[in-house]
Amino acid sequence: MDNVVSAGQNDATPETAKPVYTAKEFSSGQDVRWCPGCGDFSILAQVQRAFPQLIGEKKEDIVFISGIGCSSRFPYYMNTYGYHTIHGRAAAISSGVKSANPSLSVWMATGDGDCLSIGGNHFIHLIRRNIDINVLLFNNKIYGLTKGQASPTSTHGMVTKSTPAGNIEYPVNPISLALGMNGTFIARSIDKDTKHLQEMILRCYKHTGTSFLEVYQNCVIFNDGVYDLYTNKETRDDNVIKIEHGKPLLFGKDNSKGIKLDGWKPSVIDLTDGKNSINDVLVYDETSKELAFIMSSFAENPSLPIPIGVFLCVENRPTYDSDMEAQIKIAQEKGEGNMEELLKGNAFWEI
Amino acid sequence: MEDKPGVESNFAEQKSASSKTEASKPVIKPVDEVTIRFAGDSGDGMQLAGSQFSDAIAATGHDVGTLPDYPAEIRAPVGTLYGVSGFQIHFSSHEVHTPGDEINALVVMNPAALKVNLKDLKKNGIIIANSDSFDRKNLDMAEYKSNPLEDGTLEGYNVFDIPISKQITEVLKDLNLPMKTAMKCKNFFALGVVYWLYNKSLDYTLNWIKGKFAKHPEILEANIRALKAGYFYGETTEMFTTRFSVKPAVLPKGIYRNLNGNEAVALGMVAAAKRAGLQLFLGSYPITPASEIMQHLAKYKKYGVKVFQAEDEIAGICTAIGASFSGSLGVTSTSGPGMALKTEAIGLAVISELPLVIVNVQRGGPSTGLPTKTEQADLLQAFYGRNGECPAPVLAACTPADCFTMAVEASRIAVKYMTPVILLTDGYIANGTEPWKVQKIEELPEIKPNFRTEKEGFAPYIRNEILARPWVKPGTPGLEHRIGGLEKQHIKGSISYDPENHQLMVSLREQKVRGIANDIPDVEIIGEQEGELLILGWGSTYGSIASAYDNLKEQGINVSYSVLKYLNPFPKNLEKVLRSFKKVMIPEMNLGQLAKIIRIEYLIDTIMLHKVKGIPFKSIEIENKVKEILKIKK
Repeated sequence: MDNVVSAGQNDATPETAKPVYTAKEFSSGQDVRWCPGCGDFSILAQVQRAFPQLIGEKKEDIVFISGIGCSSRFPYYMNTYGYHTIHGRAAAISSGVKSANPSLSVWMATGDGDCLSIGGNHFIHLIRRNIDINVLLFNNKIYGLTKGQASPTSTHGMVTKSTPAGNIEYPVNPISLALGMNGTFIARSIDKDTKHLQEMILRCYKHTGTSFLEVYQNCVIFNDGVYDLYTNKETRDDNVIKIEHGKPLLFGKDNSKGIKLDGWKPSVIDLTDGKNSINDVLVYDETSKELAFIMSSFAENPSLPIPIGVFLCVENRPTYDSDMEAQIKIAQEKGEGNMEELLKGNAFWEI
Repeated sequence: MEDKPGVESNFAEQKSASSKTEASKPVIKPVDEVTIRFAGDSGDGMQLAGSQFSDAIAATGHDVGTLPDYPAEIRAPVGTLYGVSGFQIHFSSHEVHTPGDEINALVVMNPAALKVNLKDLKKNGIIIANSDSFDRKNLDMAEYKSNPLEDGTLEGYNVFDIPISKQITEVLKDLNLPMKTAMKCKNFFALGVVYWLYNKSLDYTLNWIKGKFAKHPEILEANIRALKAGYFYGETTEMFTTRFSVKPAVLPKGIYRNLNGNEAVALGMVAAAKRAGLQLFLGSYPITPASEIMQHLAKYKKYGVKVFQAEDEIAGICTAIGASFSGSLGVTSTSGPGMALKTEAIGLAVISELPLVIVNVQRGGPSTGLPTKTEQADLLQAFYGRNGECPAPVLAACTPADCFTMAVEASRIAVKYMTPVILLTDGYIANGTEPWKVQKIEELPEIKPNFRTEKEGFAPYIRNEILARPWVKPGTPGLEHRIGGLEKQHIKGSISYDPENHQLMVSLREQKVRGIANDIPDVEIIGEQEGELLILGWGSTYGSIASAYDNLKEQGINVSYSVLKYLNPFPKNLEKVLRSFKKVMIPEMNLGQLAKIIRIEYLIDTIMLHKVKGIPFKSIEIENKVKEILKIKK
């Protein structure tokens, strides 16, 4: 099979004009080799549909970096610059790309094993540094490429090939972890909610600083149906709640239910039983880290729905890459350093 | 050039006022070379005294080699044997290759410093001791039952016990400084004595003190007084009967400065990036003894240098790879344990064919090993320590200043051949200093990045005549492409699992690195071009080998030597050189790693000389081995 990387397939738009792209132009044309029915297809499609809306971004300035795993094949399918690196290190390599050249739009595709297990250290430090990189975490709660071992997001008791008697570990909560690392943009979406996913991808792009998007993604082979509760038409309305800034937290069929906060304790209230009104429902504020922590903990409480949307968005925190540039600019205020002076140093002598 | 002992006007007056008669003036004895070691507690300021002396000596035209030796503990308890810090200076009227084997003069600020360093002092050598610190408590700490200054332990040495603490108290008494501050000037008193003893001017250090303490007039005054008091002490007491004078070496004309290996690497990297017109990006993680490279580069923001202090060694190299991918000169610096962690990422850089320089400042291993001590035991790791067929050029610097040259070379090869390059230095040359003839950017070899912007005929793994692929900066319109750690289709660069293609790509990567042999200088033979015995070294053993060669020559013993700085690939003439001698001896600070590679490459057996003590070879050790091989009586 000839899977040629298509380089220079599309003529670039003239330098001056704002580029206008179609979703198809973001496809590298390479055969997509995920298993039929994989949630990754949807994520790829939503990225390709969302990207033409990145107003003013030139295709050649977009870079996709990945580590290892099913999700990490992603860069091969995007007609942008791409680098498929080594297991767990996408965050570190992305950090280098963006710090060295902040004019690039850097995207990182990663999975739960790649990002949270082998790459956990790089991930937390990326978030902490607030480097202007967009991280798409494909969370399917299983190792897919190595054929079905427990991952750091696998639930307790889950039977996998490496945990035949049930998983004795407890899962990491990626949203809480990112909040703990003082992240500035933290969001979640679901592969099957295509419209919401596109919207979240665009929000990632718009945020300046590390944007972290966890995507619930179904592995059709090794963990099929893991998110069925949140995607199945019959159950999704009662089990998924959309977080929207400035809006009350409502869910259920016809928004019949809401989230009420008693002190720090969230609970579900029924808006149809006459005891509660819309005024009892918590109105979300995506700039509140406290609320974000409360919402992130929903994942550990089976009596609460799973939140999707933007948990936290803090703008105006300087990014690592811009600070790095700024320090150089300040140092060079009176002109670039004279190399002769540098090499000579202060304590030289002449013979 | 004979140095005038101080030109300060008030100083000169005071000097003439000193009441020494002509008759008792000590004789000035000309000597060819001198090695001095300053030793004391970590807090005694010995590094400063030593570096002041070496800078002053170098500024008067001497060739100088220095080596600091400090404990791994940041502030070890006062007076302990393991808390002793030392600084050694070797200067000569001819070229200096090492910081010196045996010490001619030892300055000790306490009993522990004497205990630790006495073994390296020549018989009849000079000991200058602060006798005030030889009290019961300090003697106990140094495990001396009785005072070695008094009990005959030091018989056969020239001992000068000076009550430095009392002298300092006396000379500074009207300044009313706190005792602790006053005692910090002890090192300058000792330095003053040494300046007098070696007939050197105080000017350099006087100027330094004036600049350094300009904002603290009392400290400035105290240090100047201490320095001069030390000098006058030599002048006025009748203790010393001999002074020494070393003629300056004849060095080529030019501007010089002192450099240690780590600073030389940092400067070399900035210079190479400038020469290539590239942004320099260092991704690194603190590790002894390499951290200084990062610290130096972090200061060079004015020169556009970006330094990323990463969360670990892996991220250090990965950020550098990311920077290279985006079109910068990516560099990472580390030592052995960090090198082990970077291994997988080096493989990525090899298959991605991106330029990258990996600096390994070797230290004693395995594992954490001896962090502050030197070793050359990472050579096999540099050659072979990766999964798969994973060739990377390996270079080694042989002296502190040579680190500059080799950092430039590593960058040149990395950029030209689109490959990671491993540059090996070690703790010995990283911390040691020597004068470096300052170079100009335009004198450096040309470094031309192979950036591609042309769409017509582009493919990510298309190769030029030296098998290098094009370097495409993201942001270049129309050349969007994907690379990665999976095997690549020849030319097209897409993923390929084709068996024939894999074999082809493995050979192409190997051939590309082998081809670098056409682009590096031949290895030079010093001495006869053929004969009985060749001493072959690599990297930092150069100094000890060159000294041994000089000494053997003086004794009429004929050997030749060569030192390798390009290891993978070897210089093209290496096999011919090795076969021009009946025997080849390889001294290495490991268990014979170069010897193994020579055997693999050329089926030549060599005579090995190993030293893995965390310290460099003494030239006498190499001389003795030569005599043993040549069956000459020692």
